[in-house]
This record gives sequence, structure tokens and C-alpha cells, in this order.
Amino acid sequence: MNEVLHETHLVVNGVPRTVSVPARRLLSDCLRHDLGLTGTHVGCEHGVCGACTVLVDGRPMRSCLLFAVGVEGAEITTVEGCRAAGGGLGPVQQAFQDCHGLQCGFCTPGFVTTITAWLAEHPDPTEEQARQAIGGNLCRCTGYQNIVASVLRAAELIREQEAAR
Amino acid sequence: MKPPVFEYHRPGSVAEALDVLAQTGHDGKVLAGGQSLVPLLNMRLAAPAHLVDVNWLGELDQVPCDAGGVRVGALARHARVEHDPGAAEAVPLLGQAIGDIAHTTVRNRGTVVGSLVHADPAAELPAVLVLLGGTMELASAGNRPRRVAAADFFVGPLESALRPGELATAAHFPRPPAGSGSAWVELARRHGDYAVCGVGVLVALDQGLRVSSARAALISVGPVPVPVDLTDALAGQPHDAADWAAAGRLAAAAVDPEDDIHASAAYRRHLAGVLTARAARSAAAAAASRLEASA
Repeated sequence: MNEVLHETHLVVNGVPRTVSVPARRLLSDCLRHDLGLTGTHVGCEHGVCGACTVLVDGRPMRSCLLFAVGVEGAEITTVEGCRAAGGGLGPVQQAFQDCHGLQCGFCTPGFVTTITAWLAEHPDPTEEQARQAIGGNLCRCTGYQNIVASVLRAAELIREQEAAR
Repeated sequence: MKPPVFEYHRPGSVAEALDVLAQTGHDGKVLAGGQSLVPLLNMRLAAPAHLVDVNWLGELDQVPCDAGGVRVGALARHARVEHDPGAAEAVPLLGQAIGDIAHTTVRNRGTVVGSLVHADPAAELPAVLVLLGGTMELASAGNRPRRVAAADFFVGPLESALRPGELATAAHFPRPPAGSGSAWVELARRHGDYAVCGVGVLVALDQGLRVSSARAALISVGPVPVPVDLTDALAGQPHDAADWAAAGRLAAAAVDPEDDIHASAAYRRHLAGVLTARAARSAAAAAASRLEASA
């Protein structure tokens, strides 16, 4: 069956991209299959697990609940866009490594994007706030303790980076 | 877990959207935030032939507030309404209830009007609209827009009075009378899950800080939000020492929940009583502090 294709423009991690996709192409599948950005993971595909979370114009959203055509022109940030400006690990990624915030790592991209956006608005969170912030992301390995520690550590790293500027 | 094929429409104006909806009738479905619709598509529980994407209609992305209340346009996202200072001042219950809708990630995209039209019996906003006596604004091509009262809009589980070809353009949440306060309380097994039971309560106090009227609307205990008048249990009593348990008993007696995999009917009825008592106490406290602040 030949589906109608829609030319769609996205700015993904700062790079303008054009894809030709059927209307029903989920943003998660567009990123993975059309653009080869397999860092965005697909868990439940109905908006529960949070693994596919990306930033759309800076705000975290479930990419499995968006159509690529529906975010025409948007700026998308995936986990690949959460690295440090000069390459290497970004502060949230570094914090996950420091605190053993991941085990199998499947859920991690959704945590990294969610936490990156959240810390921009909550630079000095309490542990309770950190728990609330990750309430929409499921992890089956860690028991969350080390992810909460990673949120607090990432906040610390970002504050240190900004103080050093 | 992939959506079925559909024809995609991206109208550039409300008039154009209404034309497409008129042409597609039963086969057309509006896509706003998609936080309830896209899961249904992914799971193939819904397969509309046409999706009409209203995300480009900036004219619907408005939340004007006035003396009458808050008018939430069809494209206003939960997160925007939750944090809108005007809406918080006019109708505090909106922000109180929206905070319990799923997670920030979902609230960043989902819309208030979309949630109302979806009419999930476990959703918060239908109960808020019912409790406040709000109205829906429904537009269709070639007709004058019609307004439907909340009490008539929610027909059954996932079923509203919206007709094929219609677009819900806004919801109006009336400002509660001066001297009143509200609270939203719900219980969910996990943070952000659908409520096992939830309740909004609106309490009005007189100048002596005694309860003059009180009412509740409950979710997850019936096919549509269940309104309950609590006035008989609380009228004339002090704002900080009323018989909250009696209000809870009224609510528990008014609901008729069913057993399901999440909870027994008896447990849900128990929650209806406990949560209503708790919400009524908080709403009365909120009303008292608003009155004292304005005195």
C-alpha cells in the first residue's frame, strides 16, 4: 500500500533535517528510523514509560505520542543533543555515571532529556523535588535511588560549570 | 503498536477546520494534544479515516479571564493553564486539579478541552467543569456555535454530547462566588496514574466564616462525574470545625462504583467518603483564608 508522504522539516539537536514521512509516523520512529538517531528508546509506545521523552522547543514530551508531521518546524532535542558542547558527556550524563544512575540503560535517554529540561528551571532542587521530577519515567533496574542522586549531582555539576564561567 | 493509516489535515483556520470536519463527519477526528488519542491509535483501539490537526490554530490558544471566570481555548495546554496567574486567581480549582493529571511531560502537550471531550470517567477536568457548572462551546460549519452545560455534556464513559462534525472550541469555567474556596484530592496507586477515586469540593462561607453551601464532584466512581450537594451536612457550621465525616457519608451514599481490577466497589465507596471529608476541610480552610485576606 502506498501511503501519502509529507515533507516535514525539523531542527534536531541544532541541525535542520527534512524527512518525507507518512502522517502516521510517530516522532519516536522518525528519529530512530528516518534520522538514524537511535538514542531515543521506545518502551511502551503508549505514553506511560517515559523512555522516548525528547524536548520539543525545550519542553519534555513523549515522542511516541507525537506525529512527526504534527511538530513541523519544531526544535527537537534528543539524548544525543544532551552531550557537552565540546563533545563528551553532558552534566546529566556525567552525573548518571558518577552515581551509577543506570544499569541496563534502556530508560536512561528519557531520564536524561527530562532531567536536562527540568534542571534548567529548578537549578537547586531538594531530594523530594527530584523525586517528583522523575515521576513520569519508569526504570526497572535501579530502584530509583541512584537516579535521584544523579539529579542532585547533575544540579551540582551545572552550578559548578556556571560558577567557573 | 503503530497507528493505522489516516488522512492528515492541517487546516489554517477554525473555519477551514469546521469545513473538513463537516465533510468527514463520523470518519473525522480532531487531533489536539493527542495524549489520549494517540495511545488509542497506537493500540488500534481507534482508527479514524481522517485526523484534523488543530495545533496550528493559534486563535484557539487563549486563556482569557474576566469577572465571569476563565475561558480556556481548545489549544491551551494543561501546563499553560496550570501556571496561568489569571486562571489561578479566578478559578483556583483548575490548577489544583491539573496538577494531578499524569506528569509534566504529558501536561506539556495535552489540552484542557481535549481532556473534557475525551470524557474519561477517571479524568479530573470533567469533574471540575461539572462542579463549577461550566459550559462547553461547540462549533460546526454553517451553524451558530452552541453552548452545552457540563451537566449535559458528559453522557457516558468516553462519551460526550459532541456531535460528528463539531469542534469544541472552548470550555468556560465560571468564577466561584466570593467567600468560597476549593480543593482537589485524589488517590492513585502511583504518582501520575489515573485516580482510584478523586474529588473536587467547593465550599462557600458566610461573613461569620460559617459554611453557607458546599458541593462535591467525584471521579472514578461512576460512568460520568458524580455531583453531590454537601450543604445539608455542613451548613451553618464553623469553617474549622464542621462535621466533615458527615459530608463524607453523603458522598459515599451518592456514588455507585463498580468492582474492577484496580479496586473493589466497597473500597472506592470508602475512598469517596474519606477523600470528600478531606477535600471539604481543605476547601473551607481555603475559603476562610481568602476571606481573611480580602478583609
